[in-house]
Amino acid sequence: MDKNAIKRTVLRIVNEILERNEGASELVIIGVRTRGVHLAERILKIIKKLEGIEPLLGMLDITLYRDDLRRKTEWPKVKKTEIKFSVEDKVVILVDDVIYTGRTTRAALEEIMDFGRPSSIQLAVLVDRGHRELPIQPDYAGCTIDTLSKEKVRVHLKENDGNDEVKVLRG
Amino acid sequence: MDFNRRHILGLEELSAEEITLILDTAESMKEVSERDVKKVPALRGVTVCNLFYEPSTRTRSSFEIAEKRLSADVLNFTLSHSSVSKGETLLDTARSLEAMGASVIVIRHPMSGAPWLLAKELDSSIINAGDGSHEHPSQALLDLFTIREIKGSIEGLKVLIVGDILHSRVARSNIWGLLKLGAEVRVAGPPTLIPPYIENINVKTYYNLEDAVKGVDVVIMLRIQMERQDSEFFPSLREYARFYGLKREKLKFAAKDVIVMHPGPINRGIELSSDIADDAGSVILEQVSNGIAVRMAMFYLVASGGGNS
Repeated sequence: MDKNAIKRTVLRIVNEILERNEGASELVIIGVRTRGVHLAERILKIIKKLEGIEPLLGMLDITLYRDDLRRKTEWPKVKKTEIKFSVEDKVVILVDDVIYTGRTTRAALEEIMDFGRPSSIQLAVLVDRGHRELPIQPDYAGCTIDTLSKEKVRVHLKENDGNDEVKVLRG
Repeated sequence: MDFNRRHILGLEELSAEEITLILDTAESMKEVSERDVKKVPALRGVTVCNLFYEPSTRTRSSFEIAEKRLSADVLNFTLSHSSVSKGETLLDTARSLEAMGASVIVIRHPMSGAPWLLAKELDSSIINAGDGSHEHPSQALLDLFTIREIKGSIEGLKVLIVGDILHSRVARSNIWGLLKLGAEVRVAGPPTLIPPYIENINVKTYYNLEDAVKGVDVVIMLRIQMERQDSEFFPSLREYARFYGLKREKLKFAAKDVIVMHPGPINRGIELSSDIADDAGSVILEQVSNGIAVRMAMFYLVASGGGNS
């Protein structure tokens, strides 16, 4: 996927979100660090343009909720979670760049629940690459790519990496 | 960078990068304490033992809250009701705690070096909660965290530590940490309570508090240990309070936005006058709440460094 394809895809995701939720009045957007946050910011910008309202934006760092901490020899650096609003009875749009095993999403769901009880959580991802290890599916997927587990899906976003690109790197 | 240590024993052996990583991690941990549900599952299944051979309310409670916020199982072992009073050696006590499944041991001990002994002999991660008059790393780290949070950075700041430098593990750890992060460190106190070798590590000594305070950005006041007042280091508490107690008229020589810190518990009217202790420039309560975040970061990092060293 190149720059324009990503742009169109994000626009489509936003339209699906707005259609399903009949607007944006109940929405809050929470991005999973790092690239999920950048996608969440883009989604927010488009919603503002289309609906004239700006849902609240949160950032999630799921490190402290990972299920593989005890098995790793080196733990990832903890970054800050910033959710400065109540998620109580809101529709949370959880945004990440790629869904793979579903374990990140599992951790993100647990962390969001610690902030309150949203009326629902919907998952939006740019890429679904399959190989789920948990019964978790995205509500909005930009594209679905068939991959082998040894392959890598590399998402570059301008805010973080200087360019917009999705690429499958053959193992 | 990665944290490759299984233990946090003192600031003397930590690099500036390691200290900065602990402070950065503590910033993320602080956010957890600001939530309604102040708990994350990171240390689920890890048993932490607080082994305290000296009385301490503040430090022990702070460690315990930090452990609980990370979902660790906590075992408290204090001097008064333990087998220590039945004559068991430190190593035997610690080994039996390990046999019960403790994988992190927080130790406070009156003998300098006790945590190093445990680190050498045991498989657990050891965190030093104060050893003799040697080091008190968690206190220094929370002081550094508080200074960095308020001043933005530590480099170039003028920091003054006042009081019983000779016996103070808080002073020792703070001096190492501050120097490593690029602060200018001064100490002030009666000559009997300032070790003469301290100038060798680039610390300026003052015997007059007014001179010492001139232009400083941070003042760290140490607690005068009442139990030492009979031991001839200074003639009387009243005299100490007069020369080395921090009062408003002395503080006016410091930088305009000076902050005043104290590891607690305060002897009001001795090392710190009440009006300063309660003043806006005093950050003593911030220190206490930051202590939890810093200790959470220490646990997370020793647990994460576990596979390596």
